[in-house]
Amino acid sequence: MKWISDEKLNRLRTIVNEPDFSSTKYTFVKELGRGGMGTVYLAEDRELNRLVAVKVLNTPDITDDLRRRMIREAQIIAGLEHPGIVPVHDVGTLPDNRIFYAMKFVRGLRLDEYAAQGASLRDRLRKFQAVCDTVAFAHAHGVIHRDLKPQNIMIGSFGEVLVLDWGVAKIRSEFHQSISKDPSQSVAHQTMDGTVIGTRDYMSPEQARGEIDQIDERADVYSLGAVLNFLLDDKATNTAKAICLKAMAHERESRYATAAELSADIGRLLDAEPVLAYRENAFEKVSRWVGKNRFLVLLILAYLLMRIFLIFTSRH
Amino acid sequence: MSHNEYSGGRFPATRCSVIAAACSEDVAERAHALDALCAAYWKPVYKYIRLKWQATNEDAKDLTQGFFANAFEKDHFARYDAGKASFQTFLRSCLDGFVANERKAGSRLKRGGDVDHYSLDFAAAEDELAAHAVSSTLNPEDYFHREWVRWMFTLAVDTFRQRCLDSDRMVHFQLFERYDLNDDNREVSYASLGQEFGLEPATVNNYLAAARRDFRRIVLEKLREITATDEEFRTEARSLLGVEVK
Repeated sequence: MKWISDEKLNRLRTIVNEPDFSSTKYTFVKELGRGGMGTVYLAEDRELNRLVAVKVLNTPDITDDLRRRMIREAQIIAGLEHPGIVPVHDVGTLPDNRIFYAMKFVRGLRLDEYAAQGASLRDRLRKFQAVCDTVAFAHAHGVIHRDLKPQNIMIGSFGEVLVLDWGVAKIRSEFHQSISKDPSQSVAHQTMDGTVIGTRDYMSPEQARGEIDQIDERADVYSLGAVLNFLLDDKATNTAKAICLKAMAHERESRYATAAELSADIGRLLDAEPVLAYRENAFEKVSRWVGKNRFLVLLILAYLLMRIFLIFTSRH
Repeated sequence: MSHNEYSGGRFPATRCSVIAAACSEDVAERAHALDALCAAYWKPVYKYIRLKWQATNEDAKDLTQGFFANAFEKDHFARYDAGKASFQTFLRSCLDGFVANERKAGSRLKRGGDVDHYSLDFAAAEDELAAHAVSSTLNPEDYFHREWVRWMFTLAVDTFRQRCLDSDRMVHFQLFERYDLNDDNREVSYASLGQEFGLEPATVNNYLAAARRDFRRIVLEKLREITATDEEFRTEARSLLGVEVK
């Protein structure tokens, strides 16, 4: 065999890495990104003539645990019908035994890319509130994401917000039946105590300690707080920072009890209403009231100035 | 392991690797395993000695032969602990230790009474070194890894060609060679390959898909052979297949 150049070597590596879709209705287009568990490819659905994102297990060797996790992720997403959660179209197995699932291809930016493009703080907070609402929906269906971070949140071309990568999600035991119709197939809630799941900078202290049994909705609230912290800039008010601190409280009892509560506080912040996380002093209350009613304040000021002017001119 | 064992399109199943066999009590099994390890590593070892240790061509040949002969005689690979490092890292540190000792002892003699244990094409390795300059920014460890990856793929291409020849599927290999190992910069399309080989473009597509599938299987099979544990296999597969060459 002749010398294999670096260029050719890279090509061979890409070839070896490409999923074999020959037994499916998809045609490989290109790689979109790599995660801890799987790689996402852009593929064409030949039957419906549309582009889809296909997630395929990364590692060539399949342990049953990984395989079941992939199927579980597909089941979880399929069970959550919400505009903020990408719908799954199809699940299957490739000829090399790797599991894949096809989902809607979302054109847009990751939240970190979106923030880097200079979106205003107000716009970022609106997107963040949409993330909270999506997570609150998942919580209401017994699903805890456990890996919320800017890289797992997409902002679509029309401004829609989508939460991705539910691969390490935990399903609360009382919801097992609703997610997996066949209880014998359910592998939810199987993570062993001591296993650390999530991303270091965004995971709650209980997650970092591997206390699986202690992980509930408030672990996601902590991660949402870390995402909010990522989105805040120097212009953030004390109120915004207080919301962030409450969401990221070390003790989970001190955090917002639910993502819905956090979303509501963000909504109040956007509407210049008092928030749960922050006790204002009199000056801050007045400042906020003034900020919220700027037009009215300007009208009153204009009226008072006019009166003073009239009094002043009538005396002279 | 025969080709047929993979005909189901599955990944190679867990099997006793040559690393485990290299630690066997059975001398014949151990010798066979060391031959396999030598085949899988001799070229990166030789080039690494040339680059890192600045050895001359002749010294590097002796040191490469000596390293594998010494590993066999002294049963060095039996000390390998998969929990501590990858086999590749372990082998490289054994190699550094061996070359350092040889240099210290001032020994320039070939191991085993001036007899080459392995028939290795050092001239080809030397030609490659002469023809392809090594970037000065590349450290010897990365260079070793890169050359090992290159050698793995070279062996896989050779194996693939042989299997296609044995199973009367040379057209698969030729298509793979023309499309994926194409050296010239000319754009090769499925249509032009179809014309060249007298096949429909759809058939070219199917043959190429099958060829890539087989090639992938061979690469993983080779990797499986020279990794000690499933974990190491997964890690190396990720490293071998998932990272761009510097």
